Amino acid sequence: MVSTLELTDVSFTRQRRGAQPLAVLDRISLKLEPGETLALVGPNGCGKSTLLELACGLLTPTSGTVQAPPIALMPQRGLLMPWANAVDNAALALRAEGVSRTAARERARDWLVRLGMSEFEDARPHELSGGMRQRLALARTLLAGRPIVALDEPFAALDAISRIEAARWLTSALGESDRSVLLVTHDVEEAAVLADRVVVLSPRPATLVAQVRLAGSVPRLRTSPEVLAAREAILSALGVSG
Amino acid sequence: MIRGLLVIAALLGLWELYCVLSGVDQLVLPSPTDVGHALWTDRGILWSALLVTAGELLLGLSVALVVAIAAAIGIHLSRSLRNSVYPVLVASQTVPIPVIASLLVVWLGYDTGPKVVIVALVAFFPVVVGILDGLAGIDPELDLVARSFGAPRLRRFRLVEAPAALPGALTGLRIAVVISVIGAVFAEQAGGDSGLGFVIQQALPQLLTARAYAAVVVLSALALAAFLLLTAVQTRLLPWTRLRQSEQ
Repeated sequence: MVSTLELTDVSFTRQRRGAQPLAVLDRISLKLEPGETLALVGPNGCGKSTLLELACGLLTPTSGTVQAPPIALMPQRGLLMPWANAVDNAALALRAEGVSRTAARERARDWLVRLGMSEFEDARPHELSGGMRQRLALARTLLAGRPIVALDEPFAALDAISRIEAARWLTSALGESDRSVLLVTHDVEEAAVLADRVVVLSPRPATLVAQVRLAGSVPRLRTSPEVLAAREAILSALGVSG
Repeated sequence: MIRGLLVIAALLGLWELYCVLSGVDQLVLPSPTDVGHALWTDRGILWSALLVTAGELLLGLSVALVVAIAAAIGIHLSRSLRNSVYPVLVASQTVPIPVIASLLVVWLGYDTGPKVVIVALVAFFPVVVGILDGLAGIDPELDLVARSFGAPRLRRFRLVEAPAALPGALTGLRIAVVISVIGAVFAEQAGGDSGLGFVIQQALPQLLTARAYAAVVVLSALALAAFLLLTAVQTRLLPWTRLRQSEQ
Protein backbone atom coordinates (compact mmCIF):
# COMPACT_ATOMS: atom_id res chain seq x y z
CA MET A 1 0.00 0.00 0.00
CA VAL A 2 1.25 3.49 -0.77
CA SER A 3 2.07 5.36 2.38
CA THR A 4 1.27 8.88 1.32
CA LEU A 5 -0.81 10.91 -1.07
CA GLU A 6 0.77 11.88 -4.36
CA LEU A 7 -1.01 13.65 -7.21
CA THR A 8 0.85 13.79 -10.52
CA ASP A 9 -0.37 16.11 -13.29
CA VAL A 10 -3.98 15.65 -12.25
CA SER A 11 -6.64 17.30 -14.39
CA PHE A 12 -10.35 16.97 -13.93
CA THR A 13 -13.14 18.00 -16.25
CA ARG A 14 -16.69 17.71 -15.02
CA GLN A 15 -19.13 16.42 -17.64
CA ARG A 16 -22.43 18.26 -17.46
CA ARG A 17 -25.68 17.33 -19.08
CA GLY A 18 -26.85 19.98 -21.54
CA ALA A 19 -23.86 22.24 -20.91
CA GLN A 20 -20.22 22.59 -21.87
CA PRO A 21 -17.87 20.33 -19.90
CA LEU A 22 -16.34 22.28 -17.04
CA ALA A 23 -12.56 22.22 -16.59
CA VAL A 24 -12.11 22.19 -12.83
CA LEU A 25 -8.49 21.24 -12.19
CA ASP A 26 -5.54 21.75 -14.50
CA ARG A 27 -2.39 19.60 -14.14
CA ILE A 28 -1.97 19.70 -10.40
CA SER A 29 0.98 17.93 -8.80
CA LEU A 30 1.15 17.61 -5.08
CA LYS A 31 2.78 15.37 -2.50
CA LEU A 32 1.74 15.11 1.10
CA GLU A 33 4.61 14.45 3.50
CA PRO A 34 3.97 11.95 6.30
CA GLY A 35 2.66 13.71 9.40
CA GLU A 36 2.26 16.97 7.56
CA THR A 37 -0.75 19.27 7.67
CA LEU A 38 -1.22 20.67 4.19
CA ALA A 39 -3.73 23.45 3.65
CA LEU A 40 -5.29 24.10 0.26
CA VAL A 41 -6.52 27.64 -0.19
CA GLY A 42 -8.15 29.23 -3.17
CA PRO A 43 -11.13 31.31 -4.20
CA ASN A 44 -14.65 29.93 -3.81
CA GLY A 45 -15.59 27.41 -6.45
CA CYS A 46 -12.02 26.81 -7.63
CA GLY A 47 -12.25 23.06 -7.20
CA LYS A 48 -10.84 22.49 -3.73
CA SER A 49 -13.60 20.04 -2.81
CA THR A 50 -13.17 18.24 -6.12
CA LEU A 51 -9.48 17.85 -5.33
CA LEU A 52 -10.41 16.23 -2.02
CA GLU A 53 -12.84 13.84 -3.66
CA LEU A 54 -10.13 12.84 -6.15
CA ALA A 55 -7.68 12.29 -3.30
CA CYS A 56 -10.21 10.14 -1.47
CA GLY A 57 -10.79 8.05 -4.57
CA LEU A 58 -14.44 9.10 -4.81
CA LEU A 59 -13.76 10.60 -8.25
CA THR A 60 -11.41 9.49 -11.02
CA PRO A 61 -9.16 12.12 -12.62
CA THR A 62 -9.67 12.91 -16.29
CA SER A 63 -5.90 12.67 -16.72
CA GLY A 64 -2.91 12.25 -14.44
CA THR A 65 -2.52 9.86 -11.55
CA VAL A 66 -3.57 9.82 -7.93
CA GLN A 67 -1.69 7.53 -5.57
CA ALA A 68 -3.14 7.42 -2.11
CA PRO A 69 -3.68 5.22 0.91
CA PRO A 70 -7.29 5.16 2.16
CA ILE A 71 -8.31 8.65 3.24
CA ALA A 72 -11.17 9.51 5.59
CA LEU A 73 -13.25 12.46 4.47
CA MET A 74 -14.91 15.07 6.65
CA PRO A 75 -17.19 17.10 4.39
CA GLN A 76 -18.02 20.73 4.84
CA ARG A 77 -21.26 20.42 6.77
CA GLY A 78 -20.03 17.61 9.00
CA LEU A 79 -23.01 15.48 7.97
CA LEU A 80 -23.97 13.69 11.08
CA MET A 81 -26.87 11.26 11.10
CA PRO A 82 -29.86 12.97 12.73
CA TRP A 83 -31.29 9.69 14.05
CA ALA A 84 -28.18 8.62 15.95
CA ASN A 85 -26.68 9.98 19.16
CA ALA A 86 -23.11 11.23 19.40
CA VAL A 87 -21.62 7.83 20.20
CA ASP A 88 -23.34 6.10 17.30
CA ASN A 89 -22.48 8.92 14.93
CA ALA A 90 -18.82 8.62 15.81
CA ALA A 91 -19.04 4.82 15.71
CA LEU A 92 -20.17 4.90 12.07
CA ALA A 93 -16.54 5.10 10.97
CA LEU A 94 -15.81 1.75 12.62
CA ARG A 95 -19.07 0.05 11.80
CA ALA A 96 -18.47 0.94 8.14
CA GLU A 97 -15.42 -1.33 8.35
CA GLY A 98 -17.49 -4.09 9.91
CA VAL A 99 -16.56 -3.62 13.57
CA SER A 100 -19.31 -4.85 15.89
CA ARG A 101 -21.69 -2.35 17.45
CA THR A 102 -20.42 -2.81 21.01
CA ALA A 103 -16.74 -2.57 20.13
CA ALA A 104 -17.36 0.43 17.86
CA ARG A 105 -19.26 2.28 20.59
CA GLU A 106 -16.53 1.62 23.11
CA ARG A 107 -13.83 3.10 20.91
CA ALA A 108 -16.10 5.98 19.91
CA ARG A 109 -16.61 6.87 23.58
CA ASP A 110 -12.81 7.07 24.04
CA TRP A 111 -12.56 9.68 21.32
CA LEU A 112 -15.49 11.70 22.63
CA VAL A 113 -13.75 11.85 25.99
CA ARG A 114 -10.52 12.96 24.35
CA LEU A 115 -12.38 15.74 22.54
CA GLY A 116 -14.06 16.86 25.74
CA MET A 117 -17.49 15.65 24.71
CA SER A 118 -18.12 12.94 27.28
CA GLU A 119 -21.27 14.61 28.67
CA PHE A 120 -22.79 14.70 25.21
CA GLU A 121 -22.53 10.98 24.44
CA ASP A 122 -26.28 10.51 24.23
CA ALA A 123 -27.13 13.80 22.56
CA ARG A 124 -28.48 13.76 19.04
CA PRO A 125 -26.90 16.19 16.54
CA HIS A 126 -29.78 18.67 16.76
CA GLU A 127 -29.10 19.02 20.48
CA LEU A 128 -25.46 20.03 19.89
CA SER A 129 -23.99 23.43 19.09
CA GLY A 130 -22.33 24.01 15.73
CA GLY A 131 -18.88 23.68 17.27
CA MET A 132 -19.82 20.45 19.04
CA ARG A 133 -21.21 19.00 15.83
CA GLN A 134 -17.94 19.67 14.01
CA ARG A 135 -16.00 18.18 16.90
CA LEU A 136 -18.14 15.07 16.66
CA ALA A 137 -17.63 14.90 12.90
CA LEU A 138 -13.88 15.13 13.50
CA ALA A 139 -14.03 12.36 16.10
CA ARG A 140 -15.80 10.22 13.52
CA THR A 141 -13.23 11.03 10.84
CA LEU A 142 -10.29 10.23 13.12
CA LEU A 143 -11.92 6.99 14.24
CA ALA A 144 -11.83 5.76 10.68
CA GLY A 145 -8.17 5.00 11.43
CA ARG A 146 -6.92 6.15 8.07
CA PRO A 147 -3.34 7.43 7.74
CA ILE A 148 -4.66 10.61 6.08
CA VAL A 149 -7.70 12.68 6.92
CA ALA A 150 -9.24 15.15 4.49
CA LEU A 151 -11.06 18.07 6.10
CA ASP A 152 -13.22 20.17 3.82
CA GLU A 153 -13.80 23.63 5.33
CA PRO A 154 -14.25 22.11 8.80
CA PHE A 155 -15.00 25.46 10.45
CA ALA A 156 -16.90 27.22 7.68
CA ALA A 157 -20.16 27.17 9.62
CA LEU A 158 -18.67 28.46 12.88
CA ASP A 159 -18.48 32.00 14.22
CA ALA A 160 -15.12 33.72 14.78
CA ILE A 161 -14.83 32.84 18.47
CA SER A 162 -15.77 29.18 17.99
CA ARG A 163 -13.19 29.01 15.20
CA ILE A 164 -10.35 30.00 17.48
CA GLU A 165 -11.45 27.36 19.98
CA ALA A 166 -11.91 24.84 17.17
CA ALA A 167 -8.36 25.41 15.95
CA ARG A 168 -7.21 24.44 19.41
CA TRP A 169 -9.12 21.16 19.73
CA LEU A 170 -8.38 20.24 16.14
CA THR A 171 -4.62 20.55 16.57
CA SER A 172 -4.64 18.76 19.92
CA ALA A 173 -6.66 15.87 18.49
CA LEU A 174 -4.46 15.67 15.39
CA GLY A 175 -1.29 15.97 17.47
CA GLU A 176 -2.21 12.82 19.38
CA SER A 177 -2.98 10.83 16.31
CA ASP A 178 0.14 11.41 14.19
CA ARG A 179 -1.62 11.63 10.87
CA SER A 180 -1.24 13.60 7.69
CA VAL A 181 -3.97 16.13 7.09
CA LEU A 182 -5.33 17.63 3.92
CA LEU A 183 -7.15 20.77 4.98
CA VAL A 184 -9.29 22.72 2.56
CA THR A 185 -10.20 26.23 3.56
CA HIS A 186 -10.97 29.60 2.03
CA ASP A 187 -9.79 31.33 5.19
CA VAL A 188 -6.19 32.33 4.51
CA GLU A 189 -5.49 33.17 8.13
CA GLU A 190 -6.82 29.82 9.32
CA ALA A 191 -4.52 28.05 6.87
CA ALA A 192 -1.54 30.01 8.23
CA VAL A 193 -2.53 29.21 11.82
CA LEU A 194 -2.96 25.47 11.33
CA ALA A 195 -0.82 24.22 8.46
CA ASP A 196 2.81 23.21 7.99
CA ARG A 197 2.49 24.11 4.32
CA VAL A 198 -0.07 26.12 2.39
CA VAL A 199 -0.76 25.46 -1.27
CA VAL A 200 -2.47 28.26 -3.17
CA LEU A 201 -4.80 27.43 -6.05
CA SER A 202 -5.89 29.79 -8.84
CA PRO A 203 -9.50 30.36 -9.87
CA ARG A 204 -11.05 27.59 -11.99
CA PRO A 205 -9.60 25.74 -13.78
CA ALA A 206 -7.36 25.54 -10.73
CA THR A 207 -3.61 25.42 -11.11
CA LEU A 208 -1.06 25.44 -8.35
CA VAL A 209 0.19 29.03 -8.07
CA ALA A 210 2.24 29.13 -4.89
CA GLN A 211 3.44 27.20 -1.88
CA VAL A 212 4.18 28.70 1.50
CA ARG A 213 6.01 26.77 4.21
CA LEU A 214 5.56 27.62 7.84
CA ALA A 215 7.72 26.62 10.79
CA GLY A 216 6.86 26.07 14.42
CA SER A 217 4.15 24.33 16.34
CA VAL A 218 0.45 24.75 15.69
CA PRO A 219 -1.95 26.39 16.36
CA ARG A 220 0.08 29.54 15.80
CA LEU A 221 -1.06 32.84 17.21
CA ARG A 222 -3.05 34.79 14.69
CA THR A 223 -0.97 37.85 15.42
CA SER A 224 2.44 36.15 15.21
CA PRO A 225 4.89 37.50 12.58
CA GLU A 226 5.02 34.04 11.02
CA VAL A 227 1.27 34.02 10.36
CA LEU A 228 1.18 37.62 9.17
CA ALA A 229 4.02 37.02 6.71
CA ALA A 230 2.42 33.83 5.40
CA ARG A 231 -0.92 35.60 5.06
CA GLU A 232 0.77 38.35 3.04
CA ALA A 233 2.47 35.83 0.75
CA ILE A 234 -0.73 33.81 0.19
CA LEU A 235 -2.84 36.88 -0.54
CA SER A 236 -0.36 38.24 -3.03
CA ALA A 237 -0.28 34.83 -4.75
CA LEU A 238 -4.07 35.06 -4.97
CA GLY A 239 -3.68 38.52 -6.54
CA VAL A 240 -5.23 40.48 -3.70
CA SER A 241 -3.52 42.84 -1.31
CA GLY A 242 -4.26 42.25 2.35
CA MET B 1 -57.09 18.39 19.92
CA ILE B 2 -59.72 20.46 21.73
CA ARG B 3 -60.09 22.69 18.69
CA GLY B 4 -60.61 19.62 16.53
CA LEU B 5 -63.40 18.43 18.83
CA LEU B 6 -64.98 21.88 18.70
CA VAL B 7 -65.01 21.82 14.90
CA ILE B 8 -66.66 18.39 14.95
CA ALA B 9 -69.24 19.59 17.49
CA ALA B 10 -70.03 22.65 15.36
CA LEU B 11 -70.47 20.53 12.22
CA LEU B 12 -72.76 18.12 14.08
CA GLY B 13 -74.81 21.08 15.36
CA LEU B 14 -75.24 22.44 11.82
CA TRP B 15 -76.24 19.00 10.57
CA GLU B 16 -78.80 18.56 13.37
CA LEU B 17 -80.17 22.03 12.69
CA TYR B 18 -80.53 21.30 8.99
CA CYS B 19 -82.42 18.03 9.67
CA VAL B 20 -84.84 19.77 12.05
CA LEU B 21 -85.45 22.85 9.91
CA SER B 22 -85.63 21.26 6.44
CA GLY B 23 -87.79 18.35 7.50
CA VAL B 24 -85.66 15.98 5.36
CA ASP B 25 -86.81 12.34 5.61
CA GLN B 26 -84.61 10.50 8.12
CA LEU B 27 -84.37 7.60 5.67
CA VAL B 28 -82.45 9.93 3.36
CA LEU B 29 -80.48 11.88 5.94
CA PRO B 30 -80.66 10.79 9.56
CA SER B 31 -79.79 13.48 12.09
CA PRO B 32 -76.78 13.11 14.40
CA THR B 33 -79.23 12.18 17.17
CA ASP B 34 -80.61 9.33 15.03
CA VAL B 35 -77.06 8.16 14.26
CA GLY B 36 -76.16 8.37 17.94
CA HIS B 37 -79.22 6.32 18.79
CA ALA B 38 -78.26 3.70 16.19
CA LEU B 39 -74.70 3.63 17.55
CA TRP B 40 -76.14 2.65 20.94
CA THR B 41 -78.90 0.21 19.93
CA ASP B 42 -76.79 -1.53 17.25
CA ARG B 43 -73.64 -1.60 19.36
CA GLY B 44 -73.47 -5.41 19.34
CA ILE B 45 -73.61 -5.64 15.54
CA LEU B 46 -71.23 -2.71 15.09
CA TRP B 47 -68.69 -4.05 17.62
CA SER B 48 -68.44 -7.50 16.06
CA ALA B 49 -68.29 -5.91 12.58
CA LEU B 50 -65.54 -3.57 13.80
CA LEU B 51 -63.47 -6.51 15.03
CA VAL B 52 -63.76 -8.21 11.63
CA THR B 53 -62.80 -5.08 9.68
CA ALA B 54 -59.99 -4.17 12.05
CA GLY B 55 -58.60 -7.70 11.68
CA GLU B 56 -58.65 -7.44 7.88
CA LEU B 57 -56.93 -4.07 8.07
CA LEU B 58 -54.22 -5.33 10.41
CA LEU B 59 -53.49 -8.36 8.24
CA GLY B 60 -53.67 -6.38 4.99
CA LEU B 61 -51.43 -3.61 6.29
CA SER B 62 -48.88 -6.14 7.57
CA VAL B 63 -48.74 -7.82 4.18
CA ALA B 64 -48.49 -4.41 2.50
CA LEU B 65 -45.64 -3.36 4.79
CA VAL B 66 -43.58 -6.50 4.14
CA VAL B 67 -44.09 -6.36 0.38
CA ALA B 68 -43.53 -2.61 0.27
CA ILE B 69 -40.23 -2.82 2.16
CA ALA B 70 -38.98 -5.60 -0.13
CA ALA B 71 -40.09 -3.74 -3.25
CA ALA B 72 -38.62 -0.42 -2.12
CA ILE B 73 -35.25 -1.98 -1.26
CA GLY B 74 -35.16 -3.76 -4.63
CA ILE B 75 -36.09 -0.64 -6.54
CA HIS B 76 -33.61 1.47 -4.59
CA LEU B 77 -30.66 -0.87 -5.02
CA SER B 78 -31.21 -1.90 -8.63
CA ARG B 79 -31.59 0.49 -11.50
CA SER B 80 -33.06 -2.20 -13.72
CA LEU B 81 -35.71 -3.02 -11.10
CA ARG B 82 -36.49 0.68 -10.83
CA ASN B 83 -37.00 0.90 -14.57
CA SER B 84 -39.00 -2.30 -14.88
CA VAL B 85 -41.00 -2.65 -11.65
CA TYR B 86 -41.75 0.94 -10.66
CA PRO B 87 -43.99 1.73 -13.67
CA VAL B 88 -45.93 -1.50 -13.04
CA LEU B 89 -46.49 -0.46 -9.41
CA VAL B 90 -47.80 2.93 -10.46
CA ALA B 91 -50.06 1.36 -13.08
CA SER B 92 -51.41 -1.13 -10.54
CA GLN B 93 -52.81 1.77 -8.53
CA THR B 94 -54.98 2.93 -11.43
CA VAL B 95 -57.05 -0.27 -11.46
CA PRO B 96 -60.41 0.60 -9.85
CA ILE B 97 -60.77 -1.40 -6.62
CA PRO B 98 -64.50 -2.21 -7.11
CA VAL B 99 -63.64 -3.96 -10.39
CA ILE B 100 -60.96 -6.25 -9.01
CA ALA B 101 -62.76 -6.65 -5.68
CA SER B 102 -65.58 -8.70 -7.26
CA LEU B 103 -63.13 -10.64 -9.40
CA LEU B 104 -60.95 -11.48 -6.41
CA VAL B 105 -63.98 -12.75 -4.50
CA VAL B 106 -64.76 -15.11 -7.37
CA TRP B 107 -61.14 -16.16 -7.47
CA LEU B 108 -60.24 -16.39 -3.75
CA GLY B 109 -63.63 -17.00 -2.11
CA TYR B 110 -65.83 -15.23 0.40
CA ASP B 111 -63.61 -15.38 3.46
CA THR B 112 -60.77 -13.13 4.63
CA GLY B 113 -58.45 -13.85 1.67
CA PRO B 114 -59.69 -11.30 -0.88
CA LYS B 115 -60.19 -8.62 1.77
CA VAL B 116 -56.58 -8.88 2.91
CA VAL B 117 -55.38 -8.80 -0.70
CA ILE B 118 -57.39 -5.68 -1.48
CA VAL B 119 -56.36 -3.83 1.69
CA ALA B 120 -52.73 -4.75 0.97
CA LEU B 121 -53.09 -3.60 -2.64
CA VAL B 122 -54.42 -0.20 -1.59
CA ALA B 123 -52.02 0.27 1.34
CA PHE B 124 -48.87 -0.91 -0.36
CA PHE B 125 -48.36 1.97 -2.76
CA PRO B 126 -48.09 4.94 -0.36
CA VAL B 127 -45.68 2.92 1.78
CA VAL B 128 -43.41 2.14 -1.19
CA VAL B 129 -43.44 5.76 -2.31
CA GLY B 130 -42.79 6.95 1.26
CA ILE B 131 -39.79 4.65 1.66
CA LEU B 132 -38.36 5.51 -1.76
CA ASP B 133 -38.77 9.22 -1.03
CA GLY B 134 -36.95 8.79 2.25
CA LEU B 135 -34.15 6.90 0.52
CA ALA B 136 -33.88 9.48 -2.26
CA GLY B 137 -33.77 12.33 0.25
CA ILE B 138 -30.51 11.19 1.83
CA ASP B 139 -27.74 13.73 1.63
CA PRO B 140 -25.41 12.45 -1.11
CA GLU B 141 -22.43 13.70 0.88
CA LEU B 142 -23.35 11.44 3.78
CA ASP B 143 -23.04 8.57 1.33
CA LEU B 144 -19.63 9.92 0.29
CA VAL B 145 -18.54 9.90 3.93
CA ALA B 146 -19.63 6.30 4.40
CA ARG B 147 -17.78 5.38 1.21
CA SER B 148 -14.63 7.15 2.36
CA PHE B 149 -14.87 5.04 5.53
CA GLY B 150 -14.80 1.97 3.30
CA ALA B 151 -18.36 0.69 3.77
CA PRO B 152 -19.48 -1.67 0.99
CA ARG B 153 -22.83 -1.01 -0.73
CA LEU B 154 -25.07 -3.18 1.44
CA ARG B 155 -23.49 -2.02 4.65
CA ARG B 156 -23.99 1.61 3.59
CA PHE B 157 -27.62 0.74 3.02
CA ARG B 158 -28.00 -0.79 6.45
CA LEU B 159 -26.09 1.86 8.42
CA VAL B 160 -27.02 5.06 6.64
CA GLU B 161 -29.85 4.67 4.17
CA ALA B 162 -32.33 2.40 5.95
CA PRO B 163 -32.60 4.56 9.10
CA ALA B 164 -32.93 7.66 6.95
CA ALA B 165 -35.92 6.10 5.17
CA LEU B 166 -37.86 5.39 8.40
CA PRO B 167 -39.74 8.70 8.61
CA GLY B 168 -40.84 8.36 4.98
CA ALA B 169 -42.02 4.81 5.63
CA LEU B 170 -44.10 5.94 8.59
CA THR B 171 -45.63 8.82 6.67
CA GLY B 172 -46.56 6.40 3.90
CA LEU B 173 -48.03 4.03 6.45
CA ARG B 174 -50.17 6.79 7.97
CA ILE B 175 -51.65 7.58 4.55
CA ALA B 176 -52.06 3.85 3.87
CA VAL B 177 -54.03 3.26 7.08
CA VAL B 178 -56.60 5.87 6.19
CA ILE B 179 -57.18 4.90 2.57
CA SER B 180 -57.05 1.17 3.19
CA VAL B 181 -60.24 1.53 5.25
CA ILE B 182 -62.03 2.36 1.99
CA GLY B 183 -60.45 -0.70 0.39
CA ALA B 184 -61.74 -2.90 3.21
CA VAL B 185 -65.29 -1.60 2.74
CA PHE B 186 -65.24 -2.28 -1.00
CA ALA B 187 -63.85 -5.73 -0.39
CA GLU B 188 -66.56 -6.58 2.14
CA GLN B 189 -69.29 -5.29 -0.12
CA ALA B 190 -68.00 -7.30 -3.07
CA GLY B 191 -68.68 -10.51 -1.22
CA GLY B 192 -68.74 -11.42 2.43
CA ASP B 193 -70.99 -11.82 5.42
CA SER B 194 -69.33 -9.66 8.07
CA GLY B 195 -67.48 -6.42 8.64
CA LEU B 196 -68.51 -2.77 8.64
CA GLY B 197 -68.76 -2.62 4.85
CA PHE B 198 -71.17 -5.54 4.96
CA VAL B 199 -73.24 -3.82 7.69
CA ILE B 200 -73.53 -0.70 5.52
CA GLN B 201 -74.49 -2.74 2.48
CA GLN B 202 -77.19 -4.65 4.40
CA ALA B 203 -78.59 -1.60 6.21
CA LEU B 204 -79.38 0.55 3.18
CA PRO B 205 -81.91 -1.75 1.42
CA GLN B 206 -83.52 -2.43 4.82
CA LEU B 207 -84.05 1.34 5.18
CA LEU B 208 -81.82 1.37 8.29
CA THR B 209 -80.00 4.51 7.11
CA ALA B 210 -79.04 5.57 10.61
CA ARG B 211 -77.32 2.20 11.13
CA ALA B 212 -75.33 2.67 7.91
CA TYR B 213 -74.23 6.11 9.11
CA ALA B 214 -73.35 4.66 12.50
CA ALA B 215 -71.13 2.09 10.76
CA VAL B 216 -69.42 4.90 8.86
CA VAL B 217 -68.78 6.72 12.14
CA VAL B 218 -67.18 3.59 13.61
CA LEU B 219 -65.08 3.18 10.47
CA SER B 220 -63.84 6.78 10.64
CA ALA B 221 -63.05 6.42 14.33
CA LEU B 222 -61.03 3.30 13.56
CA ALA B 223 -59.00 5.06 10.85
CA LEU B 224 -58.48 8.12 13.02
CA ALA B 225 -57.33 6.02 15.98
CA ALA B 226 -54.83 4.12 13.81
CA PHE B 227 -53.57 7.39 12.31
CA LEU B 228 -53.05 8.98 15.72
CA LEU B 229 -51.36 5.84 17.01
CA LEU B 230 -48.85 5.91 14.14
CA THR B 231 -48.22 9.63 14.69
CA ALA B 232 -47.51 8.89 18.35
CA VAL B 233 -45.16 6.07 17.34
CA GLN B 234 -43.32 8.46 15.03
CA THR B 235 -42.81 11.18 17.66
CA ARG B 236 -41.74 8.56 20.18
CA LEU B 237 -39.35 6.53 18.05
CA LEU B 238 -38.16 9.19 15.63
CA PRO B 239 -37.99 12.37 17.72
CA TRP B 240 -35.67 14.19 15.29
CA THR B 241 -38.42 14.23 12.62
CA ARG B 242 -40.73 16.07 15.01
CA LEU B 243 -38.02 18.63 15.53
CA ARG B 244 -37.52 19.16 11.84
CA GLN B 245 -41.24 19.70 11.34
CA SER B 246 -41.41 22.31 14.10
CA GLU B 247 -38.37 24.11 12.71
CA GLN B 248 -40.03 24.62 9.34
